[in-house]
Amino acid sequence: MRLVLPNPGLDLRIPNYEDLEKMEKEDGDRPKWDNKAQYILTCVGFCVGIGNVWRFPYLCQTHGGGAFLIPYIILLVLEGLPLLLLEFGIGQRLRKGSVGVWRAINPYLTGVGIASMLVSLLIGLYYNTLIAWIMWYLFNSFQGPLPWTQCPLNDNRTGFISECQQSSTVDYYFYRVTLNASASITDSGGLQWPIVICLLAAWTVICICYIRGISTSGKAVYVTALLPYVVLAIFLIRGLTLKGAMNGVKYLFTPDVDELMNPTTWLDAGAQVFYAFSLAWGGLISFSSYNPVHNNCMQDAVILTIITGLTSIYAATVTYTVIGFRATDKYDTCISENIRMLLNGFELPEDSITASNYNAALHHLNSSNPDTVFGLDIKTCDMQKLLSEGVEGTGLAFIVFTEAITKMPGSPAWSVLFFIMLLCLGLSTLFGNIEGVVVPLKDLNLFPKKWPQEALTGVTCLVSFIICLLFAQQSGLYWVTLFDNFAGSIPLLTIGLTEMIAVVYIYGIDRFNEDIKFMIGKKPCIFWQISLRFTSPLILLVILVFYLVTQAQQELTYLVWDPDYDEFPTLASVPYPSWINVVIFVLAGIPSLAVPVYALCRLVFVRCKKKMKPEKDINQI
Amino acid sequence: MLEKILLLLSLSLSVAEELCKPGVGEAYKVRFSIKTALGDQAYPWNKNEMFLFRAALAFAMRDFTNGEEFGVSDIHPCNETQRVSFWFVVTRPNTMDLVDKGTVEMAIKKSRNRINGAFLLTDKTLEFDGIYPTLAAPVSPDTPPWLIVFGVVMGAVSVGIIALLVYPLVQRKLKKNMDADDEDSDEETGVKTAENGANDGIYNSTFSDDERFTQM
Repeated sequence: MRLVLPNPGLDLRIPNYEDLEKMEKEDGDRPKWDNKAQYILTCVGFCVGIGNVWRFPYLCQTHGGGAFLIPYIILLVLEGLPLLLLEFGIGQRLRKGSVGVWRAINPYLTGVGIASMLVSLLIGLYYNTLIAWIMWYLFNSFQGPLPWTQCPLNDNRTGFISECQQSSTVDYYFYRVTLNASASITDSGGLQWPIVICLLAAWTVICICYIRGISTSGKAVYVTALLPYVVLAIFLIRGLTLKGAMNGVKYLFTPDVDELMNPTTWLDAGAQVFYAFSLAWGGLISFSSYNPVHNNCMQDAVILTIITGLTSIYAATVTYTVIGFRATDKYDTCISENIRMLLNGFELPEDSITASNYNAALHHLNSSNPDTVFGLDIKTCDMQKLLSEGVEGTGLAFIVFTEAITKMPGSPAWSVLFFIMLLCLGLSTLFGNIEGVVVPLKDLNLFPKKWPQEALTGVTCLVSFIICLLFAQQSGLYWVTLFDNFAGSIPLLTIGLTEMIAVVYIYGIDRFNEDIKFMIGKKPCIFWQISLRFTSPLILLVILVFYLVTQAQQELTYLVWDPDYDEFPTLASVPYPSWINVVIFVLAGIPSLAVPVYALCRLVFVRCKKKMKPEKDINQI
Repeated sequence: MLEKILLLLSLSLSVAEELCKPGVGEAYKVRFSIKTALGDQAYPWNKNEMFLFRAALAFAMRDFTNGEEFGVSDIHPCNETQRVSFWFVVTRPNTMDLVDKGTVEMAIKKSRNRINGAFLLTDKTLEFDGIYPTLAAPVSPDTPPWLIVFGVVMGAVSVGIIALLVYPLVQRKLKKNMDADDEDSDEETGVKTAENGANDGIYNSTFSDDERFTQM
């Protein structure tokens, strides 16, 4: 298949092989990695993020446990691996950041780079807010007992505040003390000062880590990329020794092969692979461009895929040992409570009903005195329900895990460890994110050329901090969820698809094969050929179409924390106000449309210039 | 004589039974969960423990009313169950008048810790139905600890940023001084070779200070 779209002038825009060899020998002013380990750790840190801890385990458990690994691994290899090779290869070959690369391939494609930059910026904004929340919890973990173990007392000191009593101490701490969540996204309330200063801390930390570009962030990744693995190991050992841990692990990995027939399983697996690899953010292209020309990018792609896959499974196991422990603890408490009510209601001696004969005793009492039993309002204790509770996203980290930690002996230490791990996972992803924002801004000449790297980083962090104050309001949680749902999904898929088509059909897959041969020494084998040309673009297209279809069909609703809701503490599902459509368009539409809009503008600009040029020539005569 | 004593006893007992009616009037229900609290070291419930309870409650009444001489006989329990729960009423000393619920409640609240301590139990394992324990406020330190940690982190980061920004400037100054020193030491030693971009050349005053020659 020799389908390549005409692309005049490509050779003039990109360095040829001799130039590359010359650049390799000279010490140019382009930043370089100190060693290969820094590069691999940076990429691993970028790909392994908070999503591996709080998204993958949930997907695994809801889509058939162990059986989910089958679509996940298949799509990891068919979709993730070729896209990784593409981004690594093109960055290493063209030695430019994301805007530079697409501009070099074809000036009309600069829109892809701009779209990547916009998406990285929008994602970076809400991601750093999550980091700010994690920092708040981290700062508050240095005390015993942890502040989320107790409810504050009400006015006459006979009980707890009703909001706390009805929900739970951890819910109250997250929604009221930390966020002071209002009841709707329109009700913005004031700024929450603790969150503002945590945001300040978060942006300052990012600023210092990235202040000289990869020369500082490359040193920081030694900690931020490796520490999570150490902490996960500690938690694994701790988790496996807790009571009920194996319940959780069994629940996670029990395979349900019927789920494989469900198309949403495959869609979710594909989407998770795509987002997990941080593809289309522009960061990976930038990082690869700092590599030596003959670096083996194919090997890197394979290594990164294996590491990400294994880390996801590892993190899922650890997460579910803790979830299993919490569910077992809650189940035991529920049973003890029921036993207590039965003993009190029937005035039976204390040891007559224990956990082991509870079911028999309940049955006996129910058959002899059904009315009394009914009057006691015994709750059914369901282990499966407890295991499936709130185990995704912020709910997992700030509610389920914090609750589980309070039940472990020595909870402040575990809390500190857990939040440091989440902090490191988030920071290492943000390095790639901010690389994907600052480098394109530099390439687009939006900053004066004289400014040093420190100034660029500083200005970007300052502006981002000011925009982030939106998330520090009382409705901040709802804005974060909005950004999470819309800024990071459709635009990324669109950009990823465009990237593949651009490299394979505009840059030319043959040229790409030759480049790989020049850089590594051998052409990519038949697997890469087929997947780059057909399978990966097709998979991306299918996922994109299904996403658009499901999003269009869904009602736009969101969950709010409303103490006045009837079924409080369940989150109320409330429709979005109508002006939210404008916001969604800004978040999802503008980055996606940047690609065609830029191409059109450039077309118009070039045509105008051509029209003006003949007139100028005539005037000169 | 014996008959009279027996008659009196039975009278008082029956009176007590009439006074203490579960759920009615001034009666309170109390519930002990000894096995839950003490596990293996639980003591069995018997008449002696009941006596201790009556004595403890009499103490609470004395303490609250500040002097009225309540005795063990003024506490009347009834309806004891296997759960170890029973109802009781309190009568004024030397009379059969019931003490009202409010007073009993306040007396128990005042001496709750003492009563709990007598039985090695807690507010949760020795329950008085209807009397809610006043909860201890959660400990809140003067400076929130999170502010301290935040201060430490921000301090470290600010010092780091300043160090990273100032370090290259300091290095450049040191390098300039070192270059100036190099120039001085080079002038004394031999031939100048023109190195590309190393120095700007040495200013040779012989050729440029024309004024000295022309001002004649």
